[in-house]
Amino acid sequence: MVTVTINGVSVQVPEGTTIMDAANAADIPIPSLCYLKGINEIGACRVCCVEVEGENRMVSACNNPVKDGMVVYTNSPRARQTRRVNVELLLSQHDCECATCVRSGNCRLQSIASDLGILTIPYHKDLTKGLWTTTFPLYRDPNKCIKCIRCVQVCEKVQSLGVWALAGSGGRTTVDVSLNRVIKNADCALCGQCITHCPVGALRERDDTRQAFRALADKDKITVVQVAPAVRAAWGESLGLKQGEATMGRLTTALRRMGFDYVFDTTFSADLTIMEEANEFLVRFRSGDCERYPMFTSCCPGWVRFLKSQYPQLVPQLSTSKSPQQMFGAVTKSWFAQLLGVDPSKLYCISIMPCVAKKAECDLPTMENEFGIKDVDLVLTTRELDRMIRAEHISAIDLPEEACDSPLGTGTGAGVIFGVTGGVMEAALRTAYYTITGKNPSPDAFHPIRGSASIDGWTEHEFDINDTKVRCAVVNGLGNARKLIEAILAGTVHYDFVEVMACPGGCVGGGGQPIPFDQHDEAEFRGKRLYALDRANYLRFSHENPEIQTLYDRFLGAPLSEEAEKLLHTDHDGWYMPAAPEGYDNPDSNEDY
Amino acid sequence: MSRLSIDTPNRAQTVVEGLYLDLERRIASSPPGLCPVDMALGFLKLSHAQTCGKCAPCRIGLGQLAKLIDDVLSERATLETIDLIEETAQVIADSADCAIGFEAAQMVLKGVRGFRDDYEEHVLNNRCKAGLSQPVPCVAMCPAHVDIPGYISLVHEKRYADAIRLIRKDNPFPTACAFVCEHPCEARCRRNMIDAPVNICGIKHYAATHALNTQPRPREIVPTGKRIAIVGGGPGGLTCGFYLSLMGHSVTVFEQRPELGGMLRYGIPRYRLPADMLDNDINIILGAGTGIEVHTGVSVGTDIQFSDLVDQYDAIYLSIGAHIDKKIGIEGENSDGVMSAVKMLRDMGEGNPPDFAGKRVCVIGGGNVSMDVTRTAIRLGAKSVTCVYRRRVEDMTALSEEIEEASAEGAEILPLQAPVRIEADENGHVTALVTRPQRIGLVGKDGRPRPVNAGEPDKIIPADVVIVAIGQGIDSQAFEEAGIPTLRGTITARNDSIVQDAPKVFAGGDAVTGPSTVIRAIAAGKVAAANIDNFLGYNHIIDAAVKEMPTPKLSPTPACGRIDLRRRPAEERKCDFESILEDMSEADVLQESSRCLRCDHYGFGNFKGGRCSQW
Repeated sequence: MVTVTINGVSVQVPEGTTIMDAANAADIPIPSLCYLKGINEIGACRVCCVEVEGENRMVSACNNPVKDGMVVYTNSPRARQTRRVNVELLLSQHDCECATCVRSGNCRLQSIASDLGILTIPYHKDLTKGLWTTTFPLYRDPNKCIKCIRCVQVCEKVQSLGVWALAGSGGRTTVDVSLNRVIKNADCALCGQCITHCPVGALRERDDTRQAFRALADKDKITVVQVAPAVRAAWGESLGLKQGEATMGRLTTALRRMGFDYVFDTTFSADLTIMEEANEFLVRFRSGDCERYPMFTSCCPGWVRFLKSQYPQLVPQLSTSKSPQQMFGAVTKSWFAQLLGVDPSKLYCISIMPCVAKKAECDLPTMENEFGIKDVDLVLTTRELDRMIRAEHISAIDLPEEACDSPLGTGTGAGVIFGVTGGVMEAALRTAYYTITGKNPSPDAFHPIRGSASIDGWTEHEFDINDTKVRCAVVNGLGNARKLIEAILAGTVHYDFVEVMACPGGCVGGGGQPIPFDQHDEAEFRGKRLYALDRANYLRFSHENPEIQTLYDRFLGAPLSEEAEKLLHTDHDGWYMPAAPEGYDNPDSNEDY
Repeated sequence: MSRLSIDTPNRAQTVVEGLYLDLERRIASSPPGLCPVDMALGFLKLSHAQTCGKCAPCRIGLGQLAKLIDDVLSERATLETIDLIEETAQVIADSADCAIGFEAAQMVLKGVRGFRDDYEEHVLNNRCKAGLSQPVPCVAMCPAHVDIPGYISLVHEKRYADAIRLIRKDNPFPTACAFVCEHPCEARCRRNMIDAPVNICGIKHYAATHALNTQPRPREIVPTGKRIAIVGGGPGGLTCGFYLSLMGHSVTVFEQRPELGGMLRYGIPRYRLPADMLDNDINIILGAGTGIEVHTGVSVGTDIQFSDLVDQYDAIYLSIGAHIDKKIGIEGENSDGVMSAVKMLRDMGEGNPPDFAGKRVCVIGGGNVSMDVTRTAIRLGAKSVTCVYRRRVEDMTALSEEIEEASAEGAEILPLQAPVRIEADENGHVTALVTRPQRIGLVGKDGRPRPVNAGEPDKIIPADVVIVAIGQGIDSQAFEEAGIPTLRGTITARNDSIVQDAPKVFAGGDAVTGPSTVIRAIAAGKVAAANIDNFLGYNHIIDAAVKEMPTPKLSPTPACGRIDLRRRPAEERKCDFESILEDMSEADVLQESSRCLRCDHYGFGNFKGGRCSQW
C-alpha cells in the first residue's frame, strides 16, 4: 500500500493504482473523455491532467500510477486551466449543435463543458467536410468525433477486427475506416460496440424512427412489431425507469399507444428457432457433420458477418436456421397474414432489437419470400425505441401493463434467455434433451454452460444425454470468438455445438442498447434480469410453447419439414460480405518482423 | 548618428537563432512514418517566411503553393490542382531571383514528382497513402527492433542483467554490439528535440560490461527433432541459430574459419572489440536452448557439398558474409607488400599479425575498414601510416569519430588523392604509391560531390606496404553452382529471407545485402529464425521473461548534456590492442539513462507501437 495526498485528503491505495483510481478512492472524481479501463488507457484527451508536486509537467491521471508520498492537486489553478483549455480546444473542432444531437443529455463532452461552465469558445471553429454514406446501418459524423480513439481500441482489442484506425496526418489526424477503405467495403461486423463506447455523438445507428412513424401513419398498412428478449432488460434505462419498472407489459402498452396494430414478442420466434436449430443440430450431429468442426449458432448477425469475412471456410458449419427476428417476419408474412385473411404485402413488420447488425440482416436478399416480400421491413434499436417513446411524450412509468397479442406473443423462459450469452445453447439443449429422451430435463440442468461478459475466452461443457456425449462451447465477444476458432482450427479443442454472440455478454450488451453514461457491468446486470424472467416463467421449454405447437400443427407440420425449410432456413452463401483484409491481424503474417 | 557602428543582434534575433537550432534538432529527430505531403507543406511555409518579398514568384508563388497543398490536404483539391502545383513550382524554380525562392520551389517539385501518388490519394480519397505510423523511433530505427526504452529503464534501476536479457530477446550479441554497433537507434532519438540523442550504445556498453555471463532465463524447451544447417558462423548465422535452438530445433553451424564470430572476429580489430567480449556472447549463444553443434574449418563446396546439406537438413540458412577482397585495378597491384584489408584483418583475427615494425604503410580507401587497418598498422609499430582517399575527408564513409581517432593516433589522412599506380623495386617489392591530386567538383547523381583531376603533377608517396581497403565481395560460387540464385555475387533472397525457387533454403546478412553493419546481420538472422520456425510448421514465441518493467517518470529530465564514452588517450592506446573505450561511471550511466523520454509510454507509444514483449 502507498499513501498519497490528493487535494489535501490522505488516502491509502495498493501500489500500481492510477492517480484517477486513487482520487476516486478519496471521493474526488477526475473527469476524462477518452479513458476506458483496460481498453483505452492512452491519455489522449488530456482532460484528466492533474498537478503533481515536484513534477514540472501536468500528469495524466488515467494512466500514471501513484507513488508513495505523492501530493496531487486536481483543482489547483494550473489544473483547472489545463482542463478548461483542453476542453475548449476539443470544442473548437466539435460540432456543438447539441439540440440536434442524438447524444444530447448523454454526452460526456456536453456534460464536462457544462460542468466547467464554458459559455464561449475562444478559438476559431475548425470543422471538416467528411462524407459518410447515409444507407449503411452504422453512421459516423466526423465533426462530432473528438478523436478519443475508444472506437479504434474496442474494435481491435475486444472484437479483434480493426475496422477503425487513425487517418490523416498531423493536425488533420482523425478516425476513419482502416486501410483506406470505405465502411461498405470493410469487414465491419456491425456489432455496434464502437457506438456504445463513443463518449459523444460521433457514432450512431442509421436512424430509422421517421420511417417507423411513417409506417404507423399509413392507413393501408397493418403494423406488426416484435420485441427482442434483451430489449426488455434495458429499454427503461434511458427513460429513468428502474429495472423492475421497465417491464415487457409496460413496453407493450407504450407500443400500442404509439399506434402499432399488433404487438408481439420475438421470444415466440426464439422458441421457434430452438425447435428448428435443436433438431437441425441432432440431424447434423448424428450424421457426423460435427466430427471435425462444430455446428455454430446463426442467430447473431454480427457473428455471421464476422465468420463470413474472417473464416469463410467455416460458413458451411453455421446452422441454416434463420434468426428469431427473421423467423418471426417469415411467419408473420405467411401464417399470420393467412389468419388475418390479408395479403402479406399489407403487413409492415418492425422489430425492436438490441442490435445494429439486425438492420443489415433484414435487408439481405435472402430474407424475403419468392415474391420479394421482406420478412422484416424495418429494424429499430432499443435506443431508437426510447427516442420514439420520448417523441410521443409517453410517460412510461405511468403506463398500465398489458399482454402481447396472440398468436405470436407467447414466449418461454428458454426463448427469453436468447438475449444473454449461453442462452441459446441452454435453450437448445433443453429441447434436444427432450427430443432424444422423450422427457424433459430439469430446466436448470444445463446451467454450467452459461457464459459471462467478464470471461476472457469461452465456457465449455460436455453433457451426457442418454449416453450421447455432446461437447458444447459458448463464447461472447468477437475477440474471444476468434481465439476459439483458432483453437478449433488448430485442433487443440473440439466441440460439437458452439454458440457465438458478437457482443460482450450477448444481446444484453448489444450495440443497439441504451448507452450508459459511465461504463459498468450493464451486460451482467441485464443478463441477470433475463435469467430471473426465465425462472419466473411457467413455460421453460421451447417445445412446450402452446403457440409454437399450434404453428406446427396447423401450418408447418414438423421441424425441418419442407415448409419449415422454405420459410425458416436460409442460405448463408446467398449474399456478399467484404472479406477480411489480407495479412491484416493474421497471426501467420510476417509483417511485423 | 555615428558614421559606423558594430552590429549586435537584438533580443528577438538572438531568440530566433536559438529557435533555428531547436528546429535543426527537431528535423534531425523527425520520426519515421509521417505524411510526405504534410511535411512538404511545413517546409514550404518555413521557406515562405524566409522570403524578402522583392520578387513576385517567391513572394506570391510560395504562398499560393502553400494554399494549394493545403487544399490537397483538406479535401478542396482536384487532380488538376496537382498539375497547377507542379506548374507553379516549376515557374518559381525557373524564375525566382535567389535561392530562397528557387530552392523552396525545387523542394516542392521534388515532392510532387517523387510522391505524386501520395498527392493523388489525398485528392481522390482524402487519405494518406503511406500508411502512417508513429513508432518508437529508436526501436523502429534499430534493424533488430531491440526494446531500447525497456532496457534503458532497467539500467536506470541498476538491473543490468535484466537489461541484457531484454536485449537478447531481439539481439543475442549485446556485448559485441555494445562495442561496435553503429547505433542507428540514436539517429531519430526524440530526446534530440530537447538537447541531444540519448547515448543508447553507451548505456548498453555499461550494462553489458557489468552483466557479463548473464544467462537467458531458463525456459521449457521441447525438442522438435527438426534439423537446421547454418552456413557461416558470423553474427547473422549465430543469431539465427540462437533463436532456433531456443525454439527447440536442432542447429548445426558450418564455419569456414577456425573459430566462430565471422567479421566480428576476422574483420574487426581487437582494440574495438576485445576477444573475451565476443566470446562472452558466443558462449551464451552456444549454450542456449538445445545447444548448437559447431563444425569449424569446414567449407561448403570443398569439404562438404551443398546438396548433402539439402538432403540431411530440414532447413538451411546461408549467412556466409562478404569475406573476399576487391581489386583496385591499378598497375603494380600484384607487387610484394601489397595486401588487401580483408586478408590483413583476417590474419590479425587468426593470430598471425604481419610485421609492420618500422615500415611505411599506405592505406587506400575511406571507409571504416580503411580506418581499421590504418589503426591496426599503427599498433603493429609502423613507422608511418598514410591513408589515401580520392575525395575529401567529409566525404569519407568512415564514422567521423574513427577518422578523428586515427588522426589522433598519428595517422596521416591524405584526401583528394586518387591512386594511379604502385611502384616496385627490381625484386618486385613495393617502394611507393603514386597518386594523382583531385579537386572536388559537381555533385553527382548519388548526391555526393565527385572528384575530378586537379591537373597537378602526380604525387609519389614512398611506402613499404600498401593496403587496399575498397570494399568486400561475396564468395557465393559454390552456392551458385548448386542452383542458388545470385546477382553479381550476392545471393538473392526476399525480405523474409526466403530464397525463391530453392525450397527450405533461407539466406540473409552481408551475403544478400552486400557488406553492411553487424546489427543488420543480426536482424536478418532473427527474421530468418522466425520464418524458418513457421516454415517447419511451428509458431514458437520468443520473449525476454523480464517481469516488472519500471514505470516511466512523470516529468522528463530537463535539458541536460549527453555523456559520451571517453577514449583512452591516443598516445597510450595506440601502443596496444586493448579496448580503446573507457567505462562510464555508475553516476554517468544513471544520469544518461534518466534522459530517455520513454516514447513507448508517452505520446503515441501507449496507443500503438509501444513495447513489444515478444515475437
